[in-house]
Amino acid sequence: MFNAFLILAGCQLIGELVREGLGLSVPGPVIGMFLLALALGLHGPIDAGLQRMADGLIGLMGLFFVPAGVGIIAEADLLRREWLPISVALVASTCLSLWVTGLVMHHTLPPAGRKAAQ
Amino acid sequence: MINALQHLWAPLASTPLLWLVVTMAAFFCGRAVQAACKGSPIANPVLVAILLVAALLIATGTPYGRYFSGAQFIHFLLGPATVALAVPLVKNRGYLRRNLRSIGLALLAGSLTSIVSGVLIVKALGGTSEVALSMAPKAVTTPIAMAVSQQIGGVPALTAALAILGGVVAAITGQTLLRRFAVEDWRAHGLAAGVAGSGVASAQVAARNELGAAFAAVGIGLNGLLTALVAPLLAAML
Repeated sequence: MFNAFLILAGCQLIGELVREGLGLSVPGPVIGMFLLALALGLHGPIDAGLQRMADGLIGLMGLFFVPAGVGIIAEADLLRREWLPISVALVASTCLSLWVTGLVMHHTLPPAGRKAAQ
Repeated sequence: MINALQHLWAPLASTPLLWLVVTMAAFFCGRAVQAACKGSPIANPVLVAILLVAALLIATGTPYGRYFSGAQFIHFLLGPATVALAVPLVKNRGYLRRNLRSIGLALLAGSLTSIVSGVLIVKALGGTSEVALSMAPKAVTTPIAMAVSQQIGGVPALTAALAILGGVVAAITGQTLLRRFAVEDWRAHGLAAGVAGSGVASAQVAARNELGAAFAAVGIGLNGLLTALVAPLLAAML
């Protein structure tokens, strides 16, 4: 449990250091994710503790978005002035991107091994 | 009675613990609502929690800064959780390797669609360029979206909210929308959720299918990289 969290937070820290050192615009946690994927890919089977910790954190990921999401109330003035372009663009652009990504996957994936979404 | 409540509230409201517990309780309520709606994506727990907490802050006149000083401990866990996405990524690397061409094409198409359509729709409806630029990186995971928004001249706080609400939109519409176009494959659902709705939409898919979770993780990671690279270029052109 503790080791697993240390690995995750450690990868994040290394990711932050890489970002600072190379002046990248990609955030540290994303660099950390790729570094951990690389390390796990080379290392072989995934440790059971790390698997449990990852399952737990990913299962609660929604919770971790709440504090930043509540930040919307600090932008109330901007929202009141431009609610129409903001809401239409947010919904339309998100659905469009979702649809395009899904359709391109659908038409380029090899049919063998398709798994039905339930 | 009200006086007594205020006596209790005033010292509590300035401690981090109160807002930590409020945030978790709100998310717990969100989950309970979703369970009561038989897992319906419309009852998104993140959205329910945000609405509950926002209503409480407005009702009690608590500034967002004071709330965040407590809730930041939850916010902090986004980092390790993002790193943890490496685990489903690695477990399903065989599938990913076999579908590399599809992933590359779909990522490029979906990512560019999101940035370009977001900016153009805001401008077409008379929004300011400040809002248009805040909209550009909204599909990527919140920390990346905020960094990109800052870089291209948007409002990072607005982008953070858009990134999460966009994720809520993708989580709510994703499965229905894609199935209407006969897209049933979890790999397509997962990647689309990751590219168009980052973490929130991925959470919706990940709770249902592990292969979908792996493709969602790839979508989040690669779209974050791609958007960080191309959004500044596109923003200068549009």
